[in-house]
Amino acid sequence: MVDRIADPWGPRTPYGPGQRWPVRVDSFLADGHTEADVQRWVPTASILHSNGDAMDIAVIDDRIVGVRGRAGDRINHGRVDPKDLYGWQANHSPDRLRRPLVREGDRLVETDWDTAMGRIVARSKELLDGPGGWGHFGFYTSGQLFLEEYYTLGVIGKAGLGTPHMDGNTRLCTATAAAAMKASFGTDGQPGSYTDVDHCDAIALWGHNVAETQTVLWMRMLDRRRGPNPPAMLAVDPRATPVAREADVHLALRNGTNMALLNGLLRELIHRGWYDEEYVRAHTLGFDELCRVVADYPVAKVAEICDLPARQIEQAAELLGHSERLLSTVLQGFYQSNQATAAACQVNNLHLIRGMIGRPGAGLYQMNGQPTAQNNRECGADGDLPGLRNWENEEHVAELARLWNVEVDTIPHWAPPTHAMQIFRYAEQGSIKLLWISATNPAVSLPDLVRIRRILAQPELFVVVQDLFLTETAELADVVLPAATWGEKTGTFTSVDRTVHISEKAVEPPGEARADLDIFLDYARRMDFRDADGNPLITWTGPEEVFEAWKECSRGRPCDYTAITYERLRSGGIQWPCTEEHPDGTERLYPDGVFNTDPDYCESYGHDLATGAELLPDEYRAKEPGGRAFLHAAPYQPSPEVPSEEYPLLLTTGRTVYHFHTRTKTGRATQLVHAAPESWVELNPADAGPLGVGEGDLVRIESPRGVVRARARICGVRPGVVFLPFHYGYWDAADGAAPGQGRHDRAANELTITAWDPVSKQPIFKVAAVRVVKEADSGGRPAPAPTVGGSAPLDGAGIPATVGGPAAEAPSRGE
Amino acid sequence: MHLAHYLGLLHKAQERLGDAFTEVGEAHREEPDVFHTCEKLAAQCRGHAGKLAPFARRYAEEAPTEPDRLHSQLFSGTRTGGLGLLRDLQDLYLMAAECDICWAVVGQAAYGARDSELLTVVKACEQETAMQLKWLRTRMKQAAPQALVVAQ
Repeated sequence: MVDRIADPWGPRTPYGPGQRWPVRVDSFLADGHTEADVQRWVPTASILHSNGDAMDIAVIDDRIVGVRGRAGDRINHGRVDPKDLYGWQANHSPDRLRRPLVREGDRLVETDWDTAMGRIVARSKELLDGPGGWGHFGFYTSGQLFLEEYYTLGVIGKAGLGTPHMDGNTRLCTATAAAAMKASFGTDGQPGSYTDVDHCDAIALWGHNVAETQTVLWMRMLDRRRGPNPPAMLAVDPRATPVAREADVHLALRNGTNMALLNGLLRELIHRGWYDEEYVRAHTLGFDELCRVVADYPVAKVAEICDLPARQIEQAAELLGHSERLLSTVLQGFYQSNQATAAACQVNNLHLIRGMIGRPGAGLYQMNGQPTAQNNRECGADGDLPGLRNWENEEHVAELARLWNVEVDTIPHWAPPTHAMQIFRYAEQGSIKLLWISATNPAVSLPDLVRIRRILAQPELFVVVQDLFLTETAELADVVLPAATWGEKTGTFTSVDRTVHISEKAVEPPGEARADLDIFLDYARRMDFRDADGNPLITWTGPEEVFEAWKECSRGRPCDYTAITYERLRSGGIQWPCTEEHPDGTERLYPDGVFNTDPDYCESYGHDLATGAELLPDEYRAKEPGGRAFLHAAPYQPSPEVPSEEYPLLLTTGRTVYHFHTRTKTGRATQLVHAAPESWVELNPADAGPLGVGEGDLVRIESPRGVVRARARICGVRPGVVFLPFHYGYWDAADGAAPGQGRHDRAANELTITAWDPVSKQPIFKVAAVRVVKEADSGGRPAPAPTVGGSAPLDGAGIPATVGGPAAEAPSRGE
Repeated sequence: MHLAHYLGLLHKAQERLGDAFTEVGEAHREEPDVFHTCEKLAAQCRGHAGKLAPFARRYAEEAPTEPDRLHSQLFSGTRTGGLGLLRDLQDLYLMAAECDICWAVVGQAAYGARDSELLTVVKACEQETAMQLKWLRTRMKQAAPQALVVAQ
């Protein structure tokens, strides 16, 4: 038995390069149940992080009693993340929404489905009546719905209403991954496979605290590190995360300077001849321009911009330059920071110039932050067209029009799909009048929350919220629809390395709660959307029918699902593209160095990285990419907000291993709540000392936008930087503050800045200027921060370790 | 030799465009991307003007008096709201277009004057001006349907 709160990663199973990662089956059954008691095991995968770990739900008497990792699945080989071990218990939470709610004055009151849907449909029809009616609708969805739900919503929005105002909170987590891959390789789609960990000789983690965000991937990396011939490891992160502590070289750079670092590293690699000239010549475009731009970033200059020792930068370049099979992973430290797309493209460049793409061990993960983010990108419920199509390519749009049998110009292809922050801006200005939010919580997760609450509370904005609980966002809604969740509905979703899993319904949802798919289908029926021949636009009745329709939409595109079936998925995950020619799926993209950059095939004609200006189709064609990848170059530019005398510190936000998002689920699972019950703020002793702040003291963190109060953890975060976890909102705040009332001083996003990357439009959460003021003494109590992960206290601090005790004990069975 | 007049025209046009980017950005702070990008592009325009200054001085000695109606007035203050944003961006677009064509003209003259230093400056700056035009077009295309058809 392992206490997976005290040890989130569980026991090591070391292995060597080229060997198979050993199986270790993790499980957790509640209430003293054993596997022998379980009546049914129902296949699914994780919905509480983006790794895609496959597991089975244990069911006794039509009730979920636990989970067990799937030994045979290609992603996790039986392992389960602690959030998944315990998080399912939230399904049984007594405060699940059971009936629809509608607003009556300042109150939400229970009602039936007919009344709730009736109000939405009445308002929709009223808004749609008249020129430009489409423009009054906005949809803000999630990274937690299923493929079938995104695709259905995509068709409703793009072919039914004809609105470009659709995005997901995937904009906050994964938009830069997609933008960087489109820019470099021509389309979205992760080149690598998780099996690259088995083969690599070096791992570089770019702003990616994988130990806490994708624990099972970290277990794989740690098992290689403990086996023979371990890979070298480089970590780029301003915090002393478990990854940084494990790494051979840790670059704790100043927030917002990723671009300078990467330019410097690329210059070193080129300067020292550590690149593959032949690969560059045959498979890339733009090398001369890249050389010209990075030439301006000698190590000494980079050391100054990033505030790093020059020797460390050289060591990092040596680690990268000496590798033969380099695996890179990139996440929020890049995606939510300054010059996000440009910096993520430089990691692509690193792999392209070294010819390290498309072969075992030479892998690249432009990660996703959320479990089903990939599907939102593929299916077009966010700022992309379905099937990774190019909105500027008339033939791509015509394909969709034929598939859906609608007029081409019904599909909003005249400008790029509207990104999330712009959707909220249109709502603020009053031109979007109906905002439908599904499975996400912008009242806690978007930047500058004072503003977001104000927008959602505008009386003329009709807000629909579809969720499991009365979230901070739902409290501000006009109609609240109770949704079924993971384990209560069927659908599929796809991991970072393109592995598609099925997640089947194990039990009935509580009360009158409905599957998100059923809600969208009901809306389509009531709206009576018609195709060009006057027949119903949407005729599907269940998830498998939608999946089959989606397969047609994906045909011939990079994310081709045509040879995948529900039946096949029941025996394990399959990687797309999966076609008749490649019925077992495709482990790695671009093995032959031929990229998706053909003008007729690519997903984008490209952008200027500095401004986001769109380049013209003819310009793109004139480059004659011919399957070559683009090496994009850009100079470093300082962040939109930098420290000042008034606000001398830099705020960064992030996660703990014990929680996901705004804790809608993980905040309702006892073991996870006990491990990280309350927010905290991390300070370096060098900053805390002069402020008179010690461990556990209550401090006020102030930015030009708001104030947050939290108790201080003195730890290894970079001097000059303070860290706040972004998980904590108001539904369980100690003073009971709900939106619109009480204090709003708990959520990290009270402080963050409204600004975004010019290309990916991903908000910048990692760079805001703040000041810290001490409010009260600790009274000897340490901060409520876990001692595990990035918030680990300094050695010898004498703070009691985070443990889960008997309630968290879970079997972990080796081979 | 009249090159100095065109250098003066371009120099002033770049300065005015820089000021207009700043003004428009400030006036539309509620559109953070417009604000931040305008700030960057304003600095870029001032950089262009700075690079032109030594050439303007170099050729000034050989220049006759400045002709009438050399400079054009394309910007007379910002507006508010969605439609106002569109109009302000359009002003910037026309001003950047003036700079764009001036770079082409000055570039031709630089060939004629066998001035390779000036040519290097023109080649670097005209690309940035072209990108400014593309950004303005991109942002206006994005804003136009909502501002002109949807908003009341």
